[in-house]
Parts: sequence; C-alpha cells; structure tokens
Amino acid sequence: MSDTQRQQLAARFREFLPDENVIDQKTSLATYECDGLSAYREQPLLVLLPENIAHVQQIMRLCHEQRLPVVSRGAGTSLSGGALPHAEGVVLSLAKMKRILQVDELARTAVVEPGVRNLAISEAVKEKGLYYAPDPSSQIACSIGGNVAENAGGVHCLKYGLTLHNILALKVVGADGEIFEIDQRSLHTDGYDLMPLLVGSEGMLGIVVEVTVKLLPIPRCARVVMAVFDSVEKAGDSVAAIIAEGIIPAGIEMMDNPAIRAAEDFVHANYPVEAEAILICELDGTEEEVSAQIELVEQVLRAGGAVETRLAKDETERLLFWSGRKAAFPAVGRISPDYYCIDGTIPRKSLAAVLAEVRQLSEQYGLPVANVFHAGDGNLHPLILYDANKEGELEKTEQLGSKILQLCIHHGGTITGEHGVGVEKLGEMCIQFSDAERNQFHALRECFDPLKILNPGKAIPTLARCAEHNAMHVHGGELPFPELERF
Amino acid sequence: MPIELADVSIEDELRAQIGAVAASGGEIEIIGGGSKRFYGESIEALPVDVSAHSGIIDYDPAELVITLRAGCKLAQVEALLAEQRQMFGFEPPCFGEDATIGGTVATGLAGPRRAYAGSIRDFVLGVKLLDGRGQVLQFGGRVIKNVAGFDVSRLMVGALGTLGIILEVSIRVVPQLETEITLAYEHASADEHIRWVNRLGSKPYPISASLWYDGRSLLRLSGSEQGVRQASAQLGGEEIESGWLDVKEQRLDFFDRAEPLSRISLPPTTPDLLPGRSQLIEWGGARRWLCGEADVDAVRDQVAGAGGSLCAFQRHAPDVPRFHPLAPTMLTLQRNLKASFDPARIFNPGKLYPGL
Repeated sequence: MSDTQRQQLAARFREFLPDENVIDQKTSLATYECDGLSAYREQPLLVLLPENIAHVQQIMRLCHEQRLPVVSRGAGTSLSGGALPHAEGVVLSLAKMKRILQVDELARTAVVEPGVRNLAISEAVKEKGLYYAPDPSSQIACSIGGNVAENAGGVHCLKYGLTLHNILALKVVGADGEIFEIDQRSLHTDGYDLMPLLVGSEGMLGIVVEVTVKLLPIPRCARVVMAVFDSVEKAGDSVAAIIAEGIIPAGIEMMDNPAIRAAEDFVHANYPVEAEAILICELDGTEEEVSAQIELVEQVLRAGGAVETRLAKDETERLLFWSGRKAAFPAVGRISPDYYCIDGTIPRKSLAAVLAEVRQLSEQYGLPVANVFHAGDGNLHPLILYDANKEGELEKTEQLGSKILQLCIHHGGTITGEHGVGVEKLGEMCIQFSDAERNQFHALRECFDPLKILNPGKAIPTLARCAEHNAMHVHGGELPFPELERF
Repeated sequence: MPIELADVSIEDELRAQIGAVAASGGEIEIIGGGSKRFYGESIEALPVDVSAHSGIIDYDPAELVITLRAGCKLAQVEALLAEQRQMFGFEPPCFGEDATIGGTVATGLAGPRRAYAGSIRDFVLGVKLLDGRGQVLQFGGRVIKNVAGFDVSRLMVGALGTLGIILEVSIRVVPQLETEITLAYEHASADEHIRWVNRLGSKPYPISASLWYDGRSLLRLSGSEQGVRQASAQLGGEEIESGWLDVKEQRLDFFDRAEPLSRISLPPTTPDLLPGRSQLIEWGGARRWLCGEADVDAVRDQVAGAGGSLCAFQRHAPDVPRFHPLAPTMLTLQRNLKASFDPARIFNPGKLYPGL
C-alpha cells in the first residue's frame, strides 16, 4: 500500500477516532513492530487505539468492509509473536481501554476492560480480602485481554487453574463488528460452550472488549519450603510423591543447575549453586492446615532424597526464595547476550528423560540450556542461551527449540503450555496435529470470521505450509519420530 | 477386590458404521448407558450403542490425569479412583448404574461440588472424537497446561453428542479430601440463604457444597482435618449426617414428585425470583430447582432478565422446549459450528436445539 493510500485509510478511521488514536507515522509505528518475541518484526499500516466498545465496533466494521487484517494487541508481552503486526493490516491496541468497570464484593466478581493489567485487578480488590488468581510471570505488565487470548497460566495454576477457570463472562466484538456475549456467571451455558474456544484463541475469533473475572478470598497463610537435590530425577520423583500424599501445592517449581547459578548470581537468594536441582514448594490455606501440610511435605522431600530442606522462616524469606525463580529469565539474560524461552509441556514422569535428551541436544548444538519447570503441571521452560550477533546462531537456536518441542510431543506432551503458538510454533503445529485436525481448526475459525481478517497467519498453519514444513523435515527418507501415529 | 474395567475397542466398527450412515443420509442417536437419555429433546433416529467401547488407556495417579474410552462406566471409574484416594472434582451424578464417561462429558452435568471446584468442562484435558465425516480427530492431550490449537475438547462438554462420538477422553482428577462434615442452619427464606452463602464465599473457608430447602441451609466443608475443624468452630451451626449423595443423585423427596422439574441457572447473588414456589437451591445460589407446574415462557423471560436461563429438566409437556432459547445470531453461529463437525447432521440432530 502506498503512503497516500495509507493516509486515506487513516482518514477513514479518524472519522470516528480522535486524531492521535490513529498512528500512521513510521517512527511511531516502530513501537508496535514486535511483541515479547522480538526476533520477529513487521510494521503495520496503522495502529488504532479505541477508547470504548463503540470504537472497536466501528473499527471492525470498516476493516470488515475493507477486508483488512486486524491484529489485536494488549500489553505486547506475548512470547510467541501472537501480536506480531501484519504488513497489510492494522494493529488494534486495547491499551486505552483499561478501566475496572465494576467490583461486586458479594458475588466476588470484577468487570474489567481488556487493557487492565493482570496485577491491577488484584491490587484494586486487595482491601476487600480478594484477589485474581492467575499470575503469569509478566503479571505486572500483561493485560487481562491478552491473558484471555493466550489462556495465560502462572506459578499457581496447578491449584487455582488457568485463565479459563477464572473467567465468568466475556463481551466480544466479532469480525463483522457485531457484539456477542458469553455469560457463565450462572455457572451454566446454553448450547455449545464457547468459552474454551474463545479463551486461548490468540485473537482469531473476536476482539474481547469486556471481561468478568472471578475473585477469590486471599488465603490466610502461605509458606514455602525449598529442597535441594543432587539429581533432577529425585526432584521430579519428589513432586509425584507430594501429589501422591493428596497434597496440591499452591505452587511447585523446579530449577536445574544452570538456572540456579544464573539466578543466584543475580538476586543472591542464597540458592545452593552446587545443587543439580532445587524445588520450591508453596502451600497456602489456614495456619493450621499449612503447618500440618508443610511438615508432611518436608518429610516427603527428605524421603525422596533431598540433601537439604529449608523452610522459609518468615514472609521476607518466603519472598527471597521466590525471588530467584521469578527472576530466572532476566538472570539468564545477564549471563548471555540473548536467550530463547521454550514452552513445552510433558507428563511429569518423563521429566528426567526429557531433561537428559535436552542436555544431549544442547551439547550437539553447542548452545547452553538452563531449565525452569512448573513442576506441578509439567510445563517446562528450557532457556537457550545464544548470541544473535553471531552469524546463524538464531537459526541454530530455533532449530534446537523446535527439536525440544518435538521431544515434548514424543513424550506425550504438547508444544505450548502457556505461551501460545503465535508465529513461533506454526511448524510444530504441523507435527502435533493431523491435516484433518488442522482443517477442523480452520473450519471453526471460519464460523466466527469467514473473511479471515482476525490475526491471519497465526496459531493455525495452513495445509500448504505444513506440507512444506513436513517435507523439509524429512531426513534421509525418514520423518522424525517415525513411530508417531500422526505420520 | 481390585476394580476391573472391560477392555474393548469398537472404534473400527463405529467408524465403519458412521461411514455407512453418512453415505446413506441417515441420522443416529448416540446411546451410552442411557441413564441421562431424558436430558434434552427426544429425537427419532437410529440408536447406536457406544457403551461397549470401554477400557483404561492410561492412569498414573501421580500425573492427576486419567484417559478412558468413553464407554467406561462412571461408577466403576469412580471406584477405581477411590482406590488411589482420588476422585472427579466436579462430583458427577450417575442417575443409574450404567452411566458412562462419554455421557458424563456429553451432558456436562455436575453435582454439589461444581460451584466450589469447577465443572467437568474445567477438568477435561483432551478428547478423541469420531466426526461426521467418519474421521478420528484428537484435540487437547493428557497434560494440564496445553494451549496448542483451539480448545476443541472442552467444546464437547454439554454438546449432547451433536458434534461427534466421543471415543476417548482425558480428565484431570483430584485427591480425595481428608475430612468432610455437614453443618445445618435455619434460614426461613431463600433470600436469607442467598445472602448468607455468598457472604461466606468471600472468606477462605473450605466449603465444598451448599444447599437450601424448606427453611434450612446445609453447608459441606471438605479439606484437611485441621482446616475443617477450625472453620466449623468459626461457622457454628449444627453438625448433621451427610446426605450429599442423595442431593447429587436427586433422590431427595423434593425431586421425587410427579410434577415438572425445572432447572434455573442464575448469577448466584440474584434475589429469589419465585418466592413461595417450591425450590431447592444449590451452588451458592447459582442453581435453583423449581418443582411444580410453571408457565415456562413467563419464567424464562423473568430469569433471562436477571442474566439466567431455564432448562425444562424433567416431566415437562413434550411441546416445551427443553433448553432456553438462543438469540438468533447465536443460534446461527452454533449451527455453523455443528456443520463444521457434522455437515450431514448425523449425530443427535435436534437433541440440543433445532438445527443443531
């Protein structure tokens, strides 16, 4: 599209949007050219900043009429390129729609606009003794609209669920600009349950313009125990042993040696840098409940071969124990020019085997890997350390990442636990799903968006792309993991 | 004695049968155990019994996930889980000893714990499905966190078999809780109960069920011995024997009458819309059973105005639509969804809504 055409298009949007809410200058557009996955960049034609639902409807009507691709964007923290702009389309940023519209203390719900930050919800209802449970690690910045689009998780989701489990109603502007609502405040839905389709749909089924979230009472007490292990296998088995005792920890996280070292160097949480693995296990509930359970957990950890267990003696130490885990990504960022975060999920019992294979791959590719693991729910985040300035190293890193994800599929897991497919994992979608399954995804999408203007090119690869992808990955006449039924 | 489930796959037979039906333009009614066949519209189509498709595909208690063929009997699976001190978190009703896992997923019905632990939709992790083209498709998986592709597996919950035959399903399970007690309180009116039970919800009490009927509120506490005892000391009330199985299976006197039974779903804090009528209230106020003759259209309007809906659950006149009418645009969308799975409308046509 020529600059003149772009100006003409901007003028159409300025008929109903304030001038400054239509960004058309190349220098300003640059701010939006990527999300949290900065390896992929693209400039959109325009960035649009609606301030209310009517604006969103007007934008969608015009885009529908013009058949313009629309990429919706929250805070831009996606790690899979879900908000990567389309060169021939617009970015619809929900950043200005950030009001908390209503808090109903008796019903324990809040109605919020999509641009509200995740943490801002909990902050707003804290004095009522309530909070919003899902806590993705980007919660200080990420928006609730983006959380819905990605079905965001967090360290507490084994016990408190994902975004899907904590949302009661959605108001959505469809591809044609019409509003539809999914209201499950009554804990019931008539006809098909569209909530799980919309949550995690990566902006491809509609624009979420209002979210009703569930609020929970803040637990009276939370305590943390750290356990030190000389093998990742023992650490993994100990997680299973805790669960076998009937305990669902509020959070249970594992870090391997490279991750421990990086975190310790960064935040000085007093982590044991010689350990092969540590587990950080948090329990919450009433004082009595937590005291009894934490004692049991310590016993199980020691019986499972923990070299040492440390119980945080107070709130300060509890937060210190967590600080290293929460800073693991930036900590790795300090010791390497760049890092690439992978997001596979595996059955927990496969942990030791998968980590051993990841280590082998890491050596084979000559790229160090540090692992952090949401141990309760099997969500593994290998962090590949690389240097983007070295010729070919990003490509090598992406290949290693793809190999790790294929390992996850091979072990009965999935290519993305919480970061989404975006543009990043389109290739792996070709491996995890059959043609017929991907066709079903495309058909579902077309029920909502027949013109395919919502976030085109993301999340669900086309059959042609997969044919190409799978052909490329035939080595010596054999597909990877030939025993997989999908092939 | 250890529980043993039949291990039989009839996937190939079902595939062949669906292929033949699709080719001949026929329609089928999918039948599992038949225990919940009353739920939804009655339809006339060739009954296809899928209950023989049974067996455990995978169950490792430490993974908190069980993968089953859909014909497995619910009661047997629950007994199997209980051997490992685990259970389904949504407390599904059986309504008969032949109830199957597939029917449990397809109807999406849940028991007293639902308001406090989540619905079956929340626990389903993956399905293997036979679609209207005779294709076997798999969505989701056996892991708790999975955002690859649209979440089709959970769309099957409550779809009443209209999107395909569920062949296998992976469901998250939860540990059984150590202690459970039931407390009773006098609350003369439904409104008194609704306000009280919702106020309790904002405190971290280990509540796992609530009920109001005939001037009395019941509360079930489940959790660790210490947690339950401590909460019960704070909450007061009279400790009584548990009767929740009869609530779940609808064996209370309230349900055992000749009159029509309606299920009203409302945002839980909604004041009583039908004072003076015979009601039983569950789920913290969100589910209100109405027993007796009712002008369904009028009550539907009233309930819809409050953000809720009414299901003509049992014993209603045949011409009363079972489910709350959908808005026209929503019905169109849902018909398109149906067509994407089952273009020839083979599976349970009309069971949920006309055209679905």
